Order: sequence, then C-alpha cells, then structure tokens
Amino acid sequence: MNFEAMIEALPKLLEGTVLTLELVAFSLVIGMIFALPIALMRVSSNGFIRVIPYCYIFFFRGTPLLVQIFLVYYGASQFEVVRESSLWPILREPYWCAIIAFSMNTGAYTAEILRGAMQAVPHGQLEAARTLGMSTPMAYRRIVIPQAIRIGLPAYGNEVILMIKGSALASTITLLDLMGMTRTIIAKNYLAVEMFLAAGLIYLVLSFVFTQGFKYLELKITKDLRPHEVTNL
Amino acid sequence: MKRLIASVLAAVVISGAAQAETLRIGTEGAYPPFNQIDKEGNLIGFDVDIAKALCVAMKVECKFVTQDWDGIIPGLMAKKYDAIVASMSITAERKKAVDFSERYYSNTLRYVSKKGSSFDAKMVKGKNVGAQRATISSQYLEEKYGKDVSLKLYDTQENAWLDLTSGRLDAVLADSLVNYNWLKSPEAKGFEFSGDTIDINDQIGIAVRKGDALAGRLSKAIKDIVADGTYAKINAKYFPFSIY
Repeated sequence: MNFEAMIEALPKLLEGTVLTLELVAFSLVIGMIFALPIALMRVSSNGFIRVIPYCYIFFFRGTPLLVQIFLVYYGASQFEVVRESSLWPILREPYWCAIIAFSMNTGAYTAEILRGAMQAVPHGQLEAARTLGMSTPMAYRRIVIPQAIRIGLPAYGNEVILMIKGSALASTITLLDLMGMTRTIIAKNYLAVEMFLAAGLIYLVLSFVFTQGFKYLELKITKDLRPHEVTNL
Repeated sequence: MKRLIASVLAAVVISGAAQAETLRIGTEGAYPPFNQIDKEGNLIGFDVDIAKALCVAMKVECKFVTQDWDGIIPGLMAKKYDAIVASMSITAERKKAVDFSERYYSNTLRYVSKKGSSFDAKMVKGKNVGAQRATISSQYLEEKYGKDVSLKLYDTQENAWLDLTSGRLDAVLADSLVNYNWLKSPEAKGFEFSGDTIDINDQIGIAVRKGDALAGRLSKAIKDIVADGTYAKINAKYFPFSIY
C-alpha cells in the first residue's frame, strides 16, 4: 500500500470533492423545488392531475441514473433541433447536463417521499382544519406540510446519501468530480487500489457528515414526539 | 490403496501438464478497427488477429478478456489476464508499472474536426478538445498545453467522437489509424483530418507484468509472424499501407 501516493493525490481529490458537493447541492435544491408541487399533484383528487407526476416518477424511479444522464448528455445532443435551440448553451455543458439529470432524479424520489409523508398525516386533521374555516391550501400549508416534513425527513436523509454516491456517475460525462478525478489520477499512476480507497474514504466522510446533520435535524424537530425526560420524582 | 491414490494423482498431474498452456489476453473491445465487438458479440480487430497469430506462433491457447480501458493496467497487475494486446503505446510512465514486448505496430496522432474549420495545432489554445482518458493523446495534450486547452476526457473513444459530431468539441485527438477508420464511417460525414500528423515516435507493444519472461517470448513471436508473412496478411485486411 502506497500511502505517500494517497497523500500526494489528496489536493486533486479534494478539488474533485468540491465539484461533487456543488453538483449534489445544486441538484438537491432544484430537486426539492420540483418535488413539492409534484407531490401535491400526486395527492390530488383529480385523476388527470395525478397522471402527469405519476408518469414522471415512474420513469425516473424505474430507470438507472446512468441511463438518465446519458439520455440528457449524449441523447439530446443527437437532435439538430436541440443543437440549434436556445437551450444548447446549457445542454452543451456537461456540468448542466449532470445537474439536470440529478435534479430530475432526486426530484422524483423526493416527491414520492413527500407524498407518502403527506398521506401519513391523518386525514381527520385536514377535515378539522377545514371545519375551522381554513381553505384547503392553507390547511396544507399550516397543518399537513409541516408534519409531512417531519415524517419524511429520515427518508429524505437517505435520499441525500444516495445522491452523493450517485453523483459519481458525473465522471462518465467528462466531469472531474471526485470519481472523475480519481480515475484521471489512476490513468497516470496506475495505483487503482490506493486511489479508489482514498476516494472511498472521502465519500464516507461526506456521507458521515450528512447523516450526522440529518440526525441532529431530526432530534431538533421531533422534540415534542419523544418522551419527556423524567429527572426527580 | 496408497499406491492407487498416488498413481491417480500422478495421472492427473501428467495429463494437466500435457494440456497446452493458456495465455489470457486482456483487450478493450471498444477501439475499432483494432479491437471491437461485432454484432454477434465476437471480439474482432487488428489487435485480436495479431494476438491469435502470436498464440499460434507460440503454440499456446489464447483466451480473451475484455476490460474497460482505464482499468486495463490495474487489471493486468491484479492477474485478471497475462498480457494486454489493446493498441497500448509504450511510454515511460507505463514502463514503471509494466513491461512491454517489442512493438507490433507504429502509431502517430492526428486531430479530426469539422470540414472547413481548418483546425490545426496552432489553434488548440482555449478550444474544446476531446481525447480518451488514459491514452497517449490525452497525455500529449496535458503535457503540451496544460491549462491552456479545455481538455475533455472520455471513457471510450466512441464517446469522444459522439461529442465531436454533436458540436461540443472543436476537435478530437486520437491515434491517426483509429481516426482514419472513423472517418470512413457514415457518422463522420462532414468531418476530416486537420493539422499535420503528430509523430511522437509512438510504438505499440504488448504489456505484461513486471519481470514476466512472457515479454521476450512475445517479442520473438512478433518477429516470427512478421518474417513468415502472417503479419502482412493481417495488416492488409485493415489498412492498405504497412503500419509495422
């Protein structure tokens, strides 16, 4: 094991890590913005409104992320129409292609998490809110969504971890994220075991930081649900 | 009883030794016309034909293993196969990790770009240039231009061409012979060689693990197939000029 080479490669690997974090952060934010309206459409009582998000989620949950990223990057660029459209300056950049594919993917999962969480809020609460004179949107805003966020948080934490690991696929479309950087370094020093191990350790650290963050957040927002600590009786 | 076991064991050992030695050959299978997989799933190409001819000359059995390019040297070191016949250039960096046979063909580099773009080596700065990761082309661009070129690295050569045709890249640098072969394909319509041939005295050899005597045997076999005309026959199948 060549530890010296691992340390030597560290600055480059950290450079890749910055890009990984950037891609993940952007995608999570955009995915979240997508997810809320989609989840609301999913719980709609109107069948026509339900079918659009259903198809979207069905596609993005049912196909590998690698396929999605290739479709956006190599697929779209095959069409003359796309290449001549005003979207081309964005779609020609691998950076934005990765963010588009990742956002759509995580958006689908997050919408499903939110839908499940919203449906887990007892329906009676919505009825009670309506009886008190709240409109349905207001009842959702004040009663259902805040509780849904609390219910869905552990599952969402999981999704964030999956996104961090999934972002390694950005390396397949020329991006030098942590994985891309690792492979480029291996192309020069042939120390596959050492470099992948170093990259794996960095991914572990990232996952650890995020799990701890979510654990803290969970404790914070579910305080009232836990039994009170009994000190002196 | 003991004698019986001993004789059975001996028989097994002897019959084992009588079988031909098997040489496991690693190749990429995504580098036409040198190594690629045809519609039926068979490995074909110049490298494959040469490897088969070498095995005949060495009187060993050939077994092919396909492996993605950027993991092909690590795979050799991990003993997934014994030799790499995959159009690999003999470079000083690689020699630190593996040993090479003598060359089995010579190679130059050349850009391809859109017809009429009159792209050449003087225009590289600031342009989007593509190359396959872990190749002599990517190394050449990195060493010669460093940060001056926007270098895009691809997992396979085909993906680099795909991005050239989509307009993401201004040019692709690759082995002349590989680009030559691509330019003959329908996808390459509207593209051409651009700039001069870059001759960096590139020699293509067979990589084996460090210290493996196989390198010498392969070098001898290469000489043999060149001498007996087998090489020229294979060469003619792919190129109308000698590439040795």
